[in-house]
Amino acid sequence: MTVSRRQFLKSAVAGSTVVATACIATDADARGNMEMPEGALGLLFDSTLCVGCKACVTACKTANGKPLATPPELPYLDKTRTLSPDALNVIKIFKDGKATAKDRAEDGFAFMKHSCMHCVDPACVSACPVNAMKKQPDTGVVTYDKDACIGCRYCVFACPYDIPRFDYGSAAPEIHKCQLCDHLWKDGGFSACADVCPTGATLFGPVIKLKAEVARRKALKAGEATKFPRRHVEGQEFTKEQPMGEYIDHVYGEKEQGGAQMLMMSGVPFDKLGMPDLPEQSYASVSETIQHSLYQWLLGPAVALGGLMAVTYRTVRSEDENDED
Amino acid sequence: MSEHAPLGGKLVTPVTIFLAALAAIAGVFLLIRFVFGIGAVANINDGYTWGIWVVYDVVIGTGLACGGYAMAILVYILNKGQYHPLVRPALLASVFGYSLGGFAVIVDLGRWWNFWHILSPGYSHLDSVMVEVAICIALYIAVLWIELSPAFLERLGLKDAKRKLGRVLFVFIALGILLPSMHQSSLGSLLIIIGNQLDARWQTVLLPLLFLLSAISLGFSVVIFEATAASEGFRRPRETHILSGLSVALIAVLGLYLGIRFVDLAMRGELGSVFAADFLSVMFWIEISLFVLPIVLLLPSARRVNPRMLFISAVSMMLASALYRVDAFLVAYNPGDEFSYFPAIPEMFITVGMIAFEVLAYILLVRRFPILQGTHGQPRAAMSRPLPAE
Repeated sequence: MTVSRRQFLKSAVAGSTVVATACIATDADARGNMEMPEGALGLLFDSTLCVGCKACVTACKTANGKPLATPPELPYLDKTRTLSPDALNVIKIFKDGKATAKDRAEDGFAFMKHSCMHCVDPACVSACPVNAMKKQPDTGVVTYDKDACIGCRYCVFACPYDIPRFDYGSAAPEIHKCQLCDHLWKDGGFSACADVCPTGATLFGPVIKLKAEVARRKALKAGEATKFPRRHVEGQEFTKEQPMGEYIDHVYGEKEQGGAQMLMMSGVPFDKLGMPDLPEQSYASVSETIQHSLYQWLLGPAVALGGLMAVTYRTVRSEDENDED
Repeated sequence: MSEHAPLGGKLVTPVTIFLAALAAIAGVFLLIRFVFGIGAVANINDGYTWGIWVVYDVVIGTGLACGGYAMAILVYILNKGQYHPLVRPALLASVFGYSLGGFAVIVDLGRWWNFWHILSPGYSHLDSVMVEVAICIALYIAVLWIELSPAFLERLGLKDAKRKLGRVLFVFIALGILLPSMHQSSLGSLLIIIGNQLDARWQTVLLPLLFLLSAISLGFSVVIFEATAASEGFRRPRETHILSGLSVALIAVLGLYLGIRFVDLAMRGELGSVFAADFLSVMFWIEISLFVLPIVLLLPSARRVNPRMLFISAVSMMLASALYRVDAFLVAYNPGDEFSYFPAIPEMFITVGMIAFEVLAYILLVRRFPILQGTHGQPRAAMSRPLPAE
């Protein structure tokens, strides 16, 4: 196969097109993690305070118009174990061996809340092709709009916490996830799970205040007597004085994926409680950096198209000349 | 251009009747899906929310439909005019592969009536990888029909229209190379955001590049597969002498893919994990073996003119790229222990029915429209057209 000068030139044009595209790509700014809005609202879940009463599961369902799954003989106990279109918040139990002591990894047990983390840099929002999943700029709450949604379920696929749920059994399905009970705010209400929690295990409020409460708890020693705020971090309700639990040195949601507006404290390592081990750099930022590098202002594709057109024009023309011969 | 000719022959045969029956069964299940919801026919769930409709029909289906793309690169960019006879049949397969991929998306979308949102500036979220995929695939389907339209204009005797189209066709050919490069790589990019839910042996920022190369190798393998199958099925002269030349391109693409795959694993410090004694390592090595086999088979140039060797290589390459995509989207994806997925029977029938429809339409069109290389006249001269003069 001999390579003519003209062929070589054409290949060179095509080759340099690719190189030029790649150069533009590396010039584009890498996108770092998003920042938390100043007025961010969220939840603090403290596994050492949770007694597994599941009042939050029932309250969440009532507040969001979902049917309860309570057996007639135990009307206070909702047996829902996994998230579904009818359950936006569940309490899971961790058990090890004989399960004799609470908040202990070996031969112990602990309770864990599973609901939307309201990520600072959410994968579902980055993934959503139609802005149906949105991070509200003021409160940082991750909301869902069914009227925009096309039902592609990329959010379900992308979420590292396995939160969004879809109605597979409906001809007009929707995505279901915790929206921090934002529909209750206008009447002065707040997240039903925190509102109902008798022990202060789930606490609602501005994330800044929740972080201060986390710092206060970390500064206390295990066994030291203290009162825990209940329901709303800015409210004036407290538990009775009680001894502090023992925490592991990891506040989940502080760093994971660039942070979350739900923070979690526990006496048992979070991987045992079913939480994924996630890097600080958000997957959304990695994905968007690649997309922006390749497609910012469509500069790369435009240059590539120009180069391709130059080459195809010459090939087609030389073919036509050949046909006429 | 009289080099293409309708194949002629009967349209109603046992084969076409069988294909039509499969398509009809799928039609019934589709009706059930649209009336009662996706769950009535499919096993997808909140762990494995993308099943075979996405992974086979779209991710692999559009990959298999990359024949037109791969041939366009070869003929119009690398200027290998001698492959021209393969372009039209490849384009036809591409047009069906993509159109049905597009249809499969509608079937899979829960709120399909909102589909237009993804292309509408009022809704579209440009940071989403899926928007890039959707816009590019939609545009490419249009471009494919335009690229193929000379065949229809020729048949309808619209010479003037064909000549006018011919003048601007280079724009569409260029788009026909650009758009698949964009969305085939983006199919890989779709997976970056799932992070460590995808096993480290597959998760890499080079996913777009690896998906692009797998699309090109799917494209070439499909061209060889289809040309061989068409020669046998329609009892036409073999195109081995054309196809054998493709194997050089094929070896280059496969070699590049394998090189990048292993260098990437090494750079990420994951080289050791491919030797782990687990199921995913086995899948990994099956994938790699299928990629290596065609190289081994076709490296000695004497074997490249052997139609059986070419066919085996094409099948191996097709399976390799398809398995790579299935592994990346389903097998190596771990949404947690509580979930499992295997497609339901009706779910599979919908996919099979759509493929049957695709094959049926291909047969009907090549029998009635000038798609395949004509066998009367001077076929050999037309097949081995000289390269453009200096």
